[in-house]
Amino acid sequence: MTVEQIVSEGKDQFPIGMRVLAVDDDPTCLLLLGTLLRRCQYHVTTTSQAKTALKMLRENKNKFDLVISDVHMPDMDGFKLLEHVGLEMDLPVIMLSANGDTKLVMKGITHGACDYLLKPVRIEELQNIWQHVVRRKKKDRCNSGSKDKPHPDSGEDAGIGNVDNNGKLNKKRKDQNEDEDDERDENGHDNEDPSAQKKPRVVWSVELHRKFVAAVNQLGIDKAVPKKILELMNVEKLTRENVASHLQKFRLYLKRISCVANQQANMAAALGTADSAYLRMGSLNGLGNFHTLAGSDQLHNAAFRSFPPSGVLGRLNTPAGLGIRGLPSPGTFQLGHVQNSGNPTNDLSKLQSFVPGNHNTNILQGMPMSLELDRLQHNKSVGHIGELPTTDSTTVFPGSGSLVDARITGFSNNPLLGVTSNSLMLEGSSQQATSHTSVSAIGFQNGNALSDFTLIAPASNQLQDSKADSQGQASLINCNAGQIIRSAPQEWNAPRKDAPYQSHALINSSIPINSAMIQLGQCLDRNNSIFHRTTDLDSVGPLNFVDPLSIKHSEGDNYIMEPSVIEKEGYLMFQPRPHGSHVPDNTGSLKDLASAMMKQEDDFGCNGYSLRTSI
Amino acid sequence: MDVVNQLQRQFIDYSASLHREGFLDDQFTQLQKLQDDNSPDFVVEVASLFFEDCEKLINNMARALEQQQGVDFKQVDASVHQLKGSSSSIGAMRVKDVCIAFRSFCEAQNREGCLRCLQQVTHEYSLLKNKLQTLFRLQQQILAAGGSIPVVE
Repeated sequence: MTVEQIVSEGKDQFPIGMRVLAVDDDPTCLLLLGTLLRRCQYHVTTTSQAKTALKMLRENKNKFDLVISDVHMPDMDGFKLLEHVGLEMDLPVIMLSANGDTKLVMKGITHGACDYLLKPVRIEELQNIWQHVVRRKKKDRCNSGSKDKPHPDSGEDAGIGNVDNNGKLNKKRKDQNEDEDDERDENGHDNEDPSAQKKPRVVWSVELHRKFVAAVNQLGIDKAVPKKILELMNVEKLTRENVASHLQKFRLYLKRISCVANQQANMAAALGTADSAYLRMGSLNGLGNFHTLAGSDQLHNAAFRSFPPSGVLGRLNTPAGLGIRGLPSPGTFQLGHVQNSGNPTNDLSKLQSFVPGNHNTNILQGMPMSLELDRLQHNKSVGHIGELPTTDSTTVFPGSGSLVDARITGFSNNPLLGVTSNSLMLEGSSQQATSHTSVSAIGFQNGNALSDFTLIAPASNQLQDSKADSQGQASLINCNAGQIIRSAPQEWNAPRKDAPYQSHALINSSIPINSAMIQLGQCLDRNNSIFHRTTDLDSVGPLNFVDPLSIKHSEGDNYIMEPSVIEKEGYLMFQPRPHGSHVPDNTGSLKDLASAMMKQEDDFGCNGYSLRTSI
Repeated sequence: MDVVNQLQRQFIDYSASLHREGFLDDQFTQLQKLQDDNSPDFVVEVASLFFEDCEKLINNMARALEQQQGVDFKQVDASVHQLKGSSSSIGAMRVKDVCIAFRSFCEAQNREGCLRCLQQVTHEYSLLKNKLQTLFRLQQQILAAGGSIPVVE
């Protein structure tokens, strides 16, 4: 018999002969475990050292089918080993422990374990562990083979499935092409063709992105590893590779946002308060915002569609981008229609002045957007743009007070919203996937008036959904975010005003983001119900502020920053205009906004607010 | 075969008493079932490993608790945790129960309580060791006499 034959025969007899690696520092348990496994007719290798186990695994990834590991080990924590295996080898891992604390079990699961067994382990439990191997294989197969459909469209139209929701927003960008793109089930468009061996493309719809961001936020940007994120997201047919590449983009985006945020902050500071002409981009909670914006929210789609956000951004555009979930429409960009801001023009000019030479790129880079959104009332979350606090990205939604207060701190975490090189993209990094309203990333494109405004929306979107709380907040920002500053077409703002702000309004509690929207990816703090005021946001200056915050719904004088796009810098900035009415229903407005924005886009012929992230 | 029968009966009775007194629990029975022709000394092997491990852990704990400067309860807890795991794997019920109490004292950082538990653990471990050694001796005698080890349910 040749080796192949043997091997194949072995495989055919699966689960008999399944190759298991058992790791436990306790010799008694290890011996027992090994014996039990052999009794189940598996092929067992045992070691008491986690390091040895890793070495063995690294030597030959295909040598084992399954790993069982104890939790408490002297040389390496079982969870760490779990992570490594998950990241590097993508093998199913079962945790074993004498301690059955719920917290510990939860930790195991979130770290990616497929199962958690308690000692003393019984043979009956071991007899079924092969199911994990099968399940994983099946998933991988599906991932690779499915989704032919979405791909073709994804480029333009966010895939078929996702198109509906995110539609346009999910523009497939080339960067988005990951090795495997899976159509999101969540969008209800799951075109799975397992038979096709084509590598499916993952369309990072708003929903998907939002989950991603939530997961990242939960883990903390520094500790977010694809495997864990994947586990937390719990999306079928999404592979670790998808998540990994998405994460990479996200990080880039965050970085970019932070730069923008910084710049904005500067500007904001300079401009002073309240009327910040900045567009405060609601920080997108990671990409999530975009997604949310894009997908579900109508507006976003339109608006964002045009952005070809680089990678993440693109997706961000989608509802998520708007950050605010629930914002009626990504439209939050209230370009132009930020009602509140009354003095947009002035601000704008100021902003413009601020906009330092560093266009886009500079801004984004490292600039923590601190838009001072004045009292973000509800949310005091400030999106951080740029330096996003890893976990708490707070979107800055200007509280009901002045817009300016909102601070948008760039999201460090969300690199995704990258600003295209030309454009400033404020990308909200919605780290917190949850309600935070995503930061609207505003991508600015150079040269275009509106072109790049990144989504502001995310915030808005979120606003929509959430009622009052954080989401709302987010949305506010989104709205603001949406307010891309367009220098030139002011008129555009007008019509839109309502829309975006509405979204702002979303947040019932939403913060009146009067002024600048801090677009830069503000990381919406997960915890902040509403946008937290991130410290960074100072006043988002140059960057497109979409000033969702300006919408003070409560006050009635919502400033909606008019999106005056400051073209030159390529930022889209919205001048906050006091907009009395907006604050209103969050939900609706965003959507309208989004749509309005979209329209505007067309009008202006800009390509987009699309976040063109030339990441 | 009277001898064998006698021995076997002794074995069964002794096993039953160990179970009754809580020295051993169902897990030990499982271990015995795992023993077969391929691994005829499985139970003895596991038990020996357990005793070795136990001694090591007890020493660790004693050393940690002796520290005058400050007891590293985390370390003690880690040892107790491990002992708990191995004792439950072998079916050493009483040892395991003491470990459970031991852990709460560790968490409470109660040195006195820990020391008491350590004493108890040591005591239980010695008892168990003796009993198991007696049991294994019986087993060997049966085998030597040509009989087979009865399976105690």
